[in-house]
Amino acid sequence: MVIKVLGTGCSKCKALYAAVEKVVKENGINAELIKEEDLEKIMSYHVMVLPALVVNEKVVAKGVISETEIKKALTTAE
Amino acid sequence: MLQRFANWLAYGVLSLDAQSRLGSAVDFFIYDTIKILILLFIISSIMGVINAYFPIERLRNYLTKHKLYGLQYLFASCFGAITPFCSCSSVPLFIGFVKGGIPLGVTFAFLITSPLVNEVAVAMFLGTFGLRITGIYVVSGILLGMIGGFVLGKMKLEPYLSDWVKKIQQDSMAETEQWERDKTTFMQRLPGIIHDSWGIVKGVLLYVIIGIAIGGAIHGYVPEGFFRQHMSQSNWYAVPLSVILGVPMYANAAGIVPVIEVFVAKGIPIGTALAFMMAVVGLSLPEATLLKKVMTWKLIGIFFGTITLFIILSGYLFNWLL
Repeated sequence: MVIKVLGTGCSKCKALYAAVEKVVKENGINAELIKEEDLEKIMSYHVMVLPALVVNEKVVAKGVISETEIKKALTTAE
Repeated sequence: MLQRFANWLAYGVLSLDAQSRLGSAVDFFIYDTIKILILLFIISSIMGVINAYFPIERLRNYLTKHKLYGLQYLFASCFGAITPFCSCSSVPLFIGFVKGGIPLGVTFAFLITSPLVNEVAVAMFLGTFGLRITGIYVVSGILLGMIGGFVLGKMKLEPYLSDWVKKIQQDSMAETEQWERDKTTFMQRLPGIIHDSWGIVKGVLLYVIIGIAIGGAIHGYVPEGFFRQHMSQSNWYAVPLSVILGVPMYANAAGIVPVIEVFVAKGIPIGTALAFMMAVVGLSLPEATLLKKVMTWKLIGIFFGTITLFIILSGYLFNWLL
């Protein structure tokens, strides 16, 4: 699975990346984790709010994302 | 009650002299820090709840479909004030609105109030200046957004959007963002919201402490009325000067309000101080760099210039009113 964290670099975006990393590690998920900071690429996902979580090219969450939501999104997608 | 605790801590526990400058500064520091952190936590939690349930796509569709005879500026402005999106959302939001067919002026109204009126600033203002001044801040921020958005809309600035955004407008397709919003109940979401609020408090904690430390130092060491001598209301250039100084600066709202509080206590007219704060928080060099992606320099210049002018006008208005 390919996980992308969309964000332009503010603290919330970094926090999301760290949280996703943590969830991936804790649950032994086999995934490639990418931080997408390029605005043009981010906009190709048509999100209006950052940060956003993309799993296998599908936007699964945006804005305020809790660890529980991350976990749910990653485990259902597997 | 909180003041008594702070007094006890500074003078009782730490045995500082109440008459001394250090004592006074530390006392202020303790009192202000605790008060602000409590307020911040409460307000962030409330905003977290709002944010969790806020349907941004529905707002956009609503704004496009309904001809509101000018009210759309009010809505856009109010939503800009309420929604605590991350500052890096301002560009995607801008694009999303523009793509969705929302007039540029309305989008600008949102873009202006979003950083200008935020929950952190409201919490700080409530604790520092009380309900009346906070109300004035919020109302003027929203009005500024409305009028600014309206004026900018009338200027027909579409040609000055960056090429990339124009291209997006052309390719604009109907967006079907169907991602399953899980039906989590409020009680299930609450721990996450509380956790995030605590995260916000932790995030700004350093800035709050720095701001209060600076405020405390000024409070203790700068004599009363110092600023009154140098920056009184009769100096007509005080307002524009402080606004222009404030624009490129960016300070976290959390950090700047304690400093503003002390400025006012030491004699700067509240209108000038408020205008300065709006300039610092509402416009900044980092924001301009982000906007570069969607606007040409000319548009950024017009945008910043118009808002700066309105903030200066607001500053004069406040001084006259208050």
